Amino acid sequence: MGIRSSHAEAIPDVDTLRRETGFSQASLARLYQRFRALDKNKKGYLCRVDLQQIGALAVNPLGDRIIDSFFPEGSHIVDFPGFAKVLAHFRPVEEEDTRVRDVKEPEPLNSRMNKLRFVFQLYDLDRDGKISWDEMLQVLRLMVGVQVTEEQLESITDRTVQEADEDGDGAVSFLEFVKSLEKMNIEQKMSIRILK
Amino acid sequence: MLRAALSLLGLSLAGVEAAEESTQEPGPPREPPPGLALFRWQWHEVEAPYLVALWILVASLAKIVFHLSRRVTSLVPESCLLILLGLVLGGIVLAVAKKAEYQLEPGTFFLFLLPPIVLDSGYFMPSRLFFDNLGAILTYAVVGTLWNAFTTGAALWGLQQAGLVAPRVQAGFLDFLLFGSLISAVDPVAVLAVFEEVHVNETLFIIVFGESLLNDAVTVVLYKVCSSFVEMGSDNVQATDYLKGIASLFVVSLGGAAVGFVFAFLLALTTRFTKRVRIIEPLLVFLLAYAAYLTAEMASLSAILAVTMCGLGCKKYVEANISRKSRTAVKYTMKTLASCAETIIFMLLGISAVDSSKWAWDSGLVLGTLVFILFFRALGVVLQTWVLNQMRLVPLDKIDQVVMSYGGLRGAVAFALVILLDRTKVPAKDYFVATTIVVVFFTVIVQGLTIKPLVKWLKVKRSEHHKPTLNQELHEHTFDHILAAVEDVVGHHGYHYWRDRWEQFDKKYLSQLLMRRSAYRIRDQIWDVYYRLNIRDAISFVDQGGHVLSSTGLTLPSMPSRNSMAETSVTNLLRESGSGACLDLQVIDTVRSGRDREDAVMHHLLCGSLYKPRRRYKASCSRHFISEDPQERQDKEIFQQNMKRRLESFKSTRHNNCLTKSKPRLRKTGRKKKDGVANAGTTAGEPPGDLGFQDTAAVVLTMASEEEEEEESDSSETEKEDDGGIIFVARATSEVLQEGRVSGAHEVCPSPRIIPPSPTCAEKQLPWKSGQGDQAVYVSSETTKIVPVDMQTGWSQSISSLESLASPPCTQAPTLSHLPPHPMAAEEPQAPPTLPSDSLPSFAFPPNLAKAGRSHSESSADTPQQQELQPLMGQEDRTHLSPGAAKPRWCVHFNKGGRL
Repeated sequence: MGIRSSHAEAIPDVDTLRRETGFSQASLARLYQRFRALDKNKKGYLCRVDLQQIGALAVNPLGDRIIDSFFPEGSHIVDFPGFAKVLAHFRPVEEEDTRVRDVKEPEPLNSRMNKLRFVFQLYDLDRDGKISWDEMLQVLRLMVGVQVTEEQLESITDRTVQEADEDGDGAVSFLEFVKSLEKMNIEQKMSIRILK
Repeated sequence: MLRAALSLLGLSLAGVEAAEESTQEPGPPREPPPGLALFRWQWHEVEAPYLVALWILVASLAKIVFHLSRRVTSLVPESCLLILLGLVLGGIVLAVAKKAEYQLEPGTFFLFLLPPIVLDSGYFMPSRLFFDNLGAILTYAVVGTLWNAFTTGAALWGLQQAGLVAPRVQAGFLDFLLFGSLISAVDPVAVLAVFEEVHVNETLFIIVFGESLLNDAVTVVLYKVCSSFVEMGSDNVQATDYLKGIASLFVVSLGGAAVGFVFAFLLALTTRFTKRVRIIEPLLVFLLAYAAYLTAEMASLSAILAVTMCGLGCKKYVEANISRKSRTAVKYTMKTLASCAETIIFMLLGISAVDSSKWAWDSGLVLGTLVFILFFRALGVVLQTWVLNQMRLVPLDKIDQVVMSYGGLRGAVAFALVILLDRTKVPAKDYFVATTIVVVFFTVIVQGLTIKPLVKWLKVKRSEHHKPTLNQELHEHTFDHILAAVEDVVGHHGYHYWRDRWEQFDKKYLSQLLMRRSAYRIRDQIWDVYYRLNIRDAISFVDQGGHVLSSTGLTLPSMPSRNSMAETSVTNLLRESGSGACLDLQVIDTVRSGRDREDAVMHHLLCGSLYKPRRRYKASCSRHFISEDPQERQDKEIFQQNMKRRLESFKSTRHNNCLTKSKPRLRKTGRKKKDGVANAGTTAGEPPGDLGFQDTAAVVLTMASEEEEEEESDSSETEKEDDGGIIFVARATSEVLQEGRVSGAHEVCPSPRIIPPSPTCAEKQLPWKSGQGDQAVYVSSETTKIVPVDMQTGWSQSISSLESLASPPCTQAPTLSHLPPHPMAAEEPQAPPTLPSDSLPSFAFPPNLAKAGRSHSESSADTPQQQELQPLMGQEDRTHLSPGAAKPRWCVHFNKGGRL
């Protein structure tokens, strides 16, 4: 539906956006096209309902949380730059991203830390910078599925929190979270190829 | 099978054996026996299997010798050593017998030696990694192999046209193409043998190895097409034949894969119904996989592909269905067979090379082939990688490409194929054989030897082995879901999307169909990791002799070390208060933990030393079923009860100390009645006092009938431990434990089935409890849940009726009246199982406790606290749990323990 209008020029403020997200022109154009396809009423922004329409998201255990992550605190709509910036977390890390950067320059959105922060925020529902025991339990409940009983889930939660919790405060802080994943190739696991 | 193997391995017994025969085989056959022969030498009857066994023995001994020196094996791959050994042995045989014997025959190789190796690699293939890299693997396997075959063949033909190959090599273009097709395929056996020792990173490994497995289809097709073209003669080949050749590529590969998946499905389905005949589970795995191989071979499809896919496809379901022991059996048998086959293959390769009658040397051809396969392999890899890197998320860098080019080892498949050539159709066969031998030897020995230093020198990313942690597993799942979701949002149906789809399909239909119910319920990766961590902790705990217990708590090896233990407990306390679990129970637990710890040590000591003999006894009882007949059961029963009493007396003496410390306690002596109830099944009238895990265990026993007898029954104490009781560990509370002990001390459990679990549970639970208060807390909250409300009322009713009947409703007296049996049990461990002590009707059920219902167990030690708690817990009980749900949950628990 948006074939004609999918030219990059149609995107507002395309250059800034490219710089901020690191997306290529083509990717941005594709995303914009998708954005407009999702935007049912041509409002120029997306609200939760638009994203909830996506069929497969409904069955995704983390679907709701991921939708939430598109909407910054308190807001109910997301415009295209916001949309693109969230997706920019999943841009593969490329050569030029790893080069030495200016200190003042903010880290690119697809850096390891930002990728991890994105995930962390999915866990950290109350945004207090810590994954509490309860939050961990909720995530595990989503992930583990029905066949494991509540008690088992709780003991798994115990163990998970204990495993990552280094300072012994019973919750997983962001640093502890990063540490627990330090052996994982996050750059690779949290990237989608087409979002170059 | 043996006959065939024999005919292949040892056709004639010339030489040494012949000499032996003539000397050792006297009279009997030739002249009529003078009488009863005291001694007869019947070599011929056992010759074939004997030789097979001997060869395997020689190979195994050789392996032992190789591994005596770490230096040698760290430098030289085993496959090289085996080939060299084969050369030496072949030389000896040749020298003694004056002709080459025991060569690698294509029949043996394809029917007997190859399947175990392929099955092993398919079954233990990391499926996630495999599918993650499927695109690259398929490209290299299909395009790469085709490329290698055509370029090598064409280049060799060009070499011949240029006159660099001696004219006595009579081969046309098609012959060279045929030769190219058989020499181009990377060999799974050789690759596996070398790469397993090199430890390159897993992506690289899976690409090279996956390629070597999947290219079989291409090789088979190319080989068959080319050889039929050669037979037809190049003039008679029509255009349609080429098309047919291309079509057959699809038929052979997809057909092979389909056969594999069909058998994987059958296998998974079959193992769903083996719960009563666990003993044949491993056999089924091997039989059906082998059937897949033979079926594919029969239909001239790609057999390697079939068995790979069979292994790959069935693993998840089979592993879930079969028992833990069967899983171990499958694993080790598979590994043994594969390593055996591999050893023999390499050794026979060495031996076969000695036979100079089979081959004819042509330097031009040999050198040309060597150069071409190396060159075109490298060129092909570079070209394909360039294309692939355009699409890959993680590009394969130059170093990877070097290793991939260099890791293209040729092996026994090529050799077997070249031996299969028909000399009348392919006049240059002897030259091809010689060339193949040289190529195989060169790649396996030279490249095999140098690849390790090369990998080191290039600093190829090595595989890093890190133990799985729950966090990693959890986050990895999260990543998958996030990526799938983001692909949805972006509107691109890529790999993650389809994988997500597949997983949902699998969860909804396939797993339901192929896994038995109990297995399906507990099949979850996160849970799996959790379970494995627990197992590891438990094993290392046991290995250390149970001495990890320190004054502050239990350190678990799989946990990151803590700054201080004090912090942990603080954590726990904090969390407890936060999570809304019953805080006071935590307190109770800490109060008791010291005592429990001592108990734990004691318990381990006793159980460890006491139950071993019984296990041995059991093992000898049947080869078909690992269950015992009633008589044996009874014997065991007696033994066990003695043991049990000893244990209990131990504990109860300890427990008594605590009793004296605490307020005079009221005993629930209605317990023994409960045993009957529990045995009969879970009835609504089951008393609330039965919180003790004995009952729970009993419930499990009756309800979870899927569990095998042998796993559930008393006898497999130690086995059960590795069968996975650890779960209980995390869950059972100290209260429950104590309760069990108390009750055990007071009565001699009349039911055979109930007794056994209790030491097990206790034992399992102990390592955990003392160290981690938090876990105990969950457990305890669970305890509170476990008896449904309506049962409580039933219990109190029954109790009151009993009280009125049997014993005076006195609160203090029971304690006194009850103490006597206690010491007695302690003093007389040898007493017969059915002690009169349990028939003593001493029912005392204080009204307040009856009201409190399920909190009996706690009451036994800490009555004051307990009573304060009761309102809280009552609430919790009602809110958390529907009455009916409680028991089944426990069952799930126990099942899990046994099964995972």
